[in-house]
Amino acid sequence: MTSISTSTSGLGAAATAPQPNGVAPIAVDIRSVSKEFGHGAAHTVALRDATLQIREQEFVCLVGASGCGKTTLLNLIAGLDKPSSGVIETGDRRVALMFQEANLFPWLTLDQNVELALKLRGIDKPKRRARVAELLELLRLDGRGKKRPHELSGGMRQRGALARVLAQDAEIVLMDEPFGALDAMTRDSMHDELERIRREVEMTVVFVTHNVREAVRLSDRTILMESGPGRVKSEHLIDLPRPRHMEDPQVAERAGALTDELKDEVRRHVR
Amino acid sequence: MSADTVAPPTGRGPSTRETQTPAKAPRPGDVATKVWSGIWPKLLAVFLAVAIWQVAVWSAWKPEYLLPSPATVFSDLADIVQTATFWEAMGTTMQRGGVGFAFSLVFGTLLGIAVSQSRILRAGVGSMITGLQTMPSIAWFPFAMVLFGTFSPFAIMFVIVLGAAPSIANGVIAGIDEVPPPLLRAGHMLGARGINRYRYVVLPAALPAYLAGLKQGWAFAWRSLMAGELIVQLPGEFSLGGSLSKAQDTVQTDDLMAYMIVILIIGMAVDGIFSAITNRVRARRGLTGFNR
Repeated sequence: MTSISTSTSGLGAAATAPQPNGVAPIAVDIRSVSKEFGHGAAHTVALRDATLQIREQEFVCLVGASGCGKTTLLNLIAGLDKPSSGVIETGDRRVALMFQEANLFPWLTLDQNVELALKLRGIDKPKRRARVAELLELLRLDGRGKKRPHELSGGMRQRGALARVLAQDAEIVLMDEPFGALDAMTRDSMHDELERIRREVEMTVVFVTHNVREAVRLSDRTILMESGPGRVKSEHLIDLPRPRHMEDPQVAERAGALTDELKDEVRRHVR
Repeated sequence: MSADTVAPPTGRGPSTRETQTPAKAPRPGDVATKVWSGIWPKLLAVFLAVAIWQVAVWSAWKPEYLLPSPATVFSDLADIVQTATFWEAMGTTMQRGGVGFAFSLVFGTLLGIAVSQSRILRAGVGSMITGLQTMPSIAWFPFAMVLFGTFSPFAIMFVIVLGAAPSIANGVIAGIDEVPPPLLRAGHMLGARGINRYRYVVLPAALPAYLAGLKQGWAFAWRSLMAGELIVQLPGEFSLGGSLSKAQDTVQTDDLMAYMIVILIIGMAVDGIFSAITNRVRARRGLTGFNR
């Protein structure tokens, strides 16, 4: 990837938005991407003319109400779907995706689930064993390896899913509301885990959530999206000091400001 | 963790909150209670059936040589199982059942995979497979006997495969069709593409439905086999179905009923094996109800 797009088309904020890691190469380059589904009466524009650059090591949150195209955008970056128009470039970086439901394979134990990710990358058996043990320890899941997914709590399943994502050794990790189904306490602890792991493992994260406060808690930059059709509304650099917590007044304040901006949008959606 | 990072104080605490209490280890007494609670309704049902049978005998509705009492039949059964002919009949029948089911398994599985993968095959053959299942297997025999000869074991095999393979194929098709899309996407993201997609995601996910198909296939195979042995009788050969037929011809009703009990028990036993395997697979995946 050579050029860094500063195009102002489709997204006024893109050109002027402050960029952290200003010198880091762009990991995900999204240029004028649209996605349409269906034909005739069923035709919908899920995403219109989205332009966005995400730099290496950056943690970007995509926030918006249902139907704003955030999951669509994530699937496009993941390569699970193709854009109707526009370009998404991730170079030769490996991309991993974590879902709201852990989606661990129910016929495999936790060990085997993590190991499969390594196996599919062609890593030999002795190395796999060692790496699985390492990852489970990193995710504080040691001793749970022989359990099957249904024998684990929701929080442990998501940590297992995160271990599987890390086993893919991806440069870009996409997360689709990964903590959306967890209770508040477990979610808070997952935020801490994620932050801790990010200090140990280098990765670019694109994190989708509908929770503005979660976005402010976690991200370097938060992208607000709006629906009907889905598009990028504005970008916000979150330069609050870390470690942050959901209850921090500063986090609440920033989240409040962003929520106000989304309010019309949310109201429209609720109606 | 590197030295300059400070672990958040909440890091360890919340994770212990998620710790699930391990499943209680069953005590021997619990196991006995559980086994008994599964067995007594069955025993009661058998007892009631035998009681009704006995009442019918006492009512003298039919003479004893046409409707023998349970006691007569069970003592006859005890004698029969000590004869060499019984074990020869049993061997012949079980061998046919096994070979026929094995053919059905190979044919049904291949057919199921082919149909699930090809839109054209699905449109053409898909509904026919279900249609075949509604065809009573006995209706195939005249054709099979014309095709393979009146005294041919191939006629029996042919009908077993026609009876069992559609169920097995349908099990494969249902299993592959019903793989949860989130698991397919997860597999795709892990790099399970092409043949690996089937090896590591689709086929394991389809296993419970496949086992259900095998179980149903066995039921059809067993029925077809019994029908076949009643109709296609090879000279000088003993089989369970053939023994039934012979007992009918000679009005040995006690023999007849003893063989019926044997046929029922074998059918149920094999079905029970399939059920046990299916339940085990389902339990390992957390698919069984909370009361198991």
